[in-house]
Amino acid sequence: MHIKSQKDFFSGLLFIVLAAGFGWGALGYRLGTSAHMGPGYFPLLCSILLALIGLILCIRAIALRQPDEPIGRWRWWPVLHVVLANVLFGILLGGWPALGIPAFGLLFATFVLIVVAARAGHEFRWREALILATALTAGSWLVFVWGLGMPFLTWPPFLGT
Amino acid sequence: MDIFEHLALGFSVALTWHNLAYAFIGCLLGTLIGILPGLGPTATIAILLPGTFALDPTSALIMLAGIYYGAAYGGSTTSILVNLPGEISSVVTVLDGYQMARKGRAGPALTAAAVGSFVAGCFGTVVIAAFAGPLTELAFKFGPAEYFSLIVLGLLGSIVLASGSIVKALGMIVLGLLLGMMGTDINSGVQRYSFGIPQMADGIDFVVIAMGLFGYGEIISNLSQPDVRRDVFKVRLANLYPSRTDWRRMTPAIGRGTLIGAFLGILPGGGAVLSSFAAYTAEKKIRLEPGEERFGEGNIRGVAAPESANNSGSQTAFIPLLTLGLPPNSVMALMVGAMIMHNIQPGPQVMTSNPELFWGLIASMWIGNAILVVLNLPLVGLWVKLLTLPYRWLFPAIVLFCALGAYSLSNSTWDVWMLGWFGIIGYVFIRLGLEPAPLLLALILGPMMEENLRRALLLSRGDWSVLVTRPISASLLLVALALLVALVLPSLRKKRAEAFVEE
Repeated sequence: MHIKSQKDFFSGLLFIVLAAGFGWGALGYRLGTSAHMGPGYFPLLCSILLALIGLILCIRAIALRQPDEPIGRWRWWPVLHVVLANVLFGILLGGWPALGIPAFGLLFATFVLIVVAARAGHEFRWREALILATALTAGSWLVFVWGLGMPFLTWPPFLGT
Repeated sequence: MDIFEHLALGFSVALTWHNLAYAFIGCLLGTLIGILPGLGPTATIAILLPGTFALDPTSALIMLAGIYYGAAYGGSTTSILVNLPGEISSVVTVLDGYQMARKGRAGPALTAAAVGSFVAGCFGTVVIAAFAGPLTELAFKFGPAEYFSLIVLGLLGSIVLASGSIVKALGMIVLGLLLGMMGTDINSGVQRYSFGIPQMADGIDFVVIAMGLFGYGEIISNLSQPDVRRDVFKVRLANLYPSRTDWRRMTPAIGRGTLIGAFLGILPGGGAVLSSFAAYTAEKKIRLEPGEERFGEGNIRGVAAPESANNSGSQTAFIPLLTLGLPPNSVMALMVGAMIMHNIQPGPQVMTSNPELFWGLIASMWIGNAILVVLNLPLVGLWVKLLTLPYRWLFPAIVLFCALGAYSLSNSTWDVWMLGWFGIIGYVFIRLGLEPAPLLLALILGPMMEENLRRALLLSRGDWSVLVTRPISASLLLVALALLVALVLPSLRKKRAEAFVEE
């Protein structure tokens, strides 16, 4: 067995796994009859359909005559930094009480997000990133807090005013 | 009431100072983001959506509509000046627009696009106003079986525009339907797939999914590719004006493009993209005048026709949304989401229950088109400056807007975490060649589809044949089937592949 189209094969596999998950969940709800559809009826129907589509993709990926382009290298650097920036923003803005991390508020969160996100790019210059972060922090405070009056925590409460 | 009374009501709403201001802000933001590379209209609307929740529904929709056609318009500027289509509907504009710019005729190209878009936008608005009434009447004859079949048709229609494999797009639709099932089932009150997490009681916010898949997904995918150097052409206001020959050639092209766009825009899944391709193909079939540039070498008709078509197409794409409550594409799906957030159930009843919203939105489209011309031609120098901003300054700001927007949805960090997950999922989708647009559409339509199927089967006492024995429903399903068959047929598949190769 040789997989001719990696993209199709793994897409199919992804669909099958997700269909299994959703289908298993649907079986936990009341199915009902077609005249009186329960909460599990339509999701189960969709899961079966998704699994079939996944199966077709997998079979086609193996039976294909010409090999398709491979998926290629996964580049985790940008993914990691964009998501890390996003997560740090959430933690700093709202805090994480379970871990004993207090909320730092909008200004810190914005600043850290920009610096971390900037690292996702091809070129990273500290000076540029710091200037950008300062400008956007000031800008988002001006627009969202001062301008639109959105109820953000701006400054960490434990530092006082 | 006839059209004129309706339009008068619409203009009385749209011409209030604050609605004018929101239309203006919408157009400005839309153009701004449409011009900036790496963000399509779907991502733009998703990111700016949370900012409109504080407004009243009419102003919110007027602003969103402004963002939508502003973004579409901004896309044409980048295709002409930097050989980069801001979005798929301006892909064909690149072919002749960029060549014109290379020959020092960027000004006339921009003017042709602007005039074409304006004329088309005006015409599209009139078409909406004229057809909305009768179509709404028709919509009231629709029972649940018809609605179900219509949704099936709409979902299949959206695949026409998915650029990858059809089977994959089908899979994304079904996956979208399943994601739409998450949260409380309105019929039984059962919380489906919520894993006992209170924040999941209403499922995952569609804005978060859209921002993750489109916003983060696009950023990550852009960053995983090597930087492209962009050459931007300088445009001076003085040489914006087309010559007399240009006018003579582009005027009929604008007319043809407008008509093609207005017609194709109404079709499910049609919208702006299909119309611009069709209009360009049609222009190519018309014999060249002596001395006229060939297509692909800077023919002004090759700019005027597709730009008119995509604009009238994106206007008439509102028709299914406004009359039937059915979004024909992912941008419109976000508009439906916005309406639901404002407690307006999209559908035929909007016209009678919220006439000021309905006609106000339509009137504002015309105003928006006028604003765009004013905004774009004189300010083209400013937009060109924006184009030279390096991407490494832009994308951190986009990440910020997404994260802030997600947080502000319900002032909770939960949505920020979900956003991160969908960013990762979005990247996986892109790598596997899975298109997120059909998923987003299905996500919005999922609950509607389930509810209509449930009602249809309840009325028929569980007999599935109701879907094919009722004439309207049967013909809708037949069209859907024909569409599917046509998509799988080798000849059309080849054409479709060719169209997307030009990207």
